[in-house]
Amino acid sequence: MVNSVTNLGRSGVFDWMIQRVTAYVLALYTVFLFGFILTTDVTYDSWSALFDQTWFRIFTLLALLSIGAHAWVGLWTVTTDYIKATLPRFLVQALCGLAMFVYLVWGIQILWGL
Amino acid sequence: MLVSLYRYNPETDNAPYMQDVELDIPEGKDLMVLDVLNLVKEQDPSMAYRRSCREGVCGSDGMNMNGKNGLACITPLSEVLKNNKLVVRPLPGLPVIRDLVVDMSLFYKQYEKVMPYLVNDNPAPAIERYQSPEDREKLDGLYECILCACCSTACPSFWWNPDKFVGPAGLLQAYRFLADSRDTAQEERLANLDDPFSVFRCRGIMNCVSVCPKGLNPTRAIGHIRNLLLQRAT
Repeated sequence: MVNSVTNLGRSGVFDWMIQRVTAYVLALYTVFLFGFILTTDVTYDSWSALFDQTWFRIFTLLALLSIGAHAWVGLWTVTTDYIKATLPRFLVQALCGLAMFVYLVWGIQILWGL
Repeated sequence: MLVSLYRYNPETDNAPYMQDVELDIPEGKDLMVLDVLNLVKEQDPSMAYRRSCREGVCGSDGMNMNGKNGLACITPLSEVLKNNKLVVRPLPGLPVIRDLVVDMSLFYKQYEKVMPYLVNDNPAPAIERYQSPEDREKLDGLYECILCACCSTACPSFWWNPDKFVGPAGLLQAYRFLADSRDTAQEERLANLDDPFSVFRCRGIMNCVSVCPKGLNPTRAIGHIRNLLLQRAT
């Protein structure tokens, strides 16, 4: 058993599952957006009408949360692979965590500020 | 034929270097790489490498031949030779003791971690613990591993975290005992593996499958372990 306190789920299975589930959400969101762009005449009106609907805001928020969790698991893996010294690794991880938090709050602000 | 060999003697060399040796190979004969090394050793007795059974059973002579790990004794020259040149290096990722001899301590430490022995708390029966032919069949493709370390040293996840990631060889053995109907320590075994490193560092690139001289499939075994961990957690 290898102990680790910086990974998202504290357990290997949990991290693995989070990455798979969030990948499905992101794939679904991407496919939906492509479908929308291809089938709809994208204007300011149609675009803002899409984002006016609560279900789509929830869907977008879910995608934002998913990309945050997905990126955290992935980048945590990359940093533990390649940055061997503890302090720089922790700093890079903290920076990634901060960036994800900023994007999330910023995304919420945009979604409900339209 | 040109043989390029990785040489390093920590007592006399400051750094490792490649030594080129020109060899005359008898016509019409497909030698094994180990035979070539033996010919080199006749010329230069200081050349160091491990070997024992010379028939792919003991797993001593795992090395990197023209970029691919394998057992020198069962790798024919015709299979690895490129432009009539053979480059032989030690197994990648492990500390070199001398020439082609590597320090396998980390590899064995990971092997030890998975408790590679049968655990059964029930009193031993008078004769033996029976196993049905069907249950015995589940161990095929798992028990044949000879611990040559070709797979683990071909795995980038093991290169980056040899102290935390068990590696394909260790995980194949972990599953060999998880799959054994006579073993009663499945819960303990799984609990020991349930962290982000031991199993989940495997990214499924299958280098282990591509190099295994015994044709085993550690990636599949790792997939089975992952499923067991998933069932245990959900």
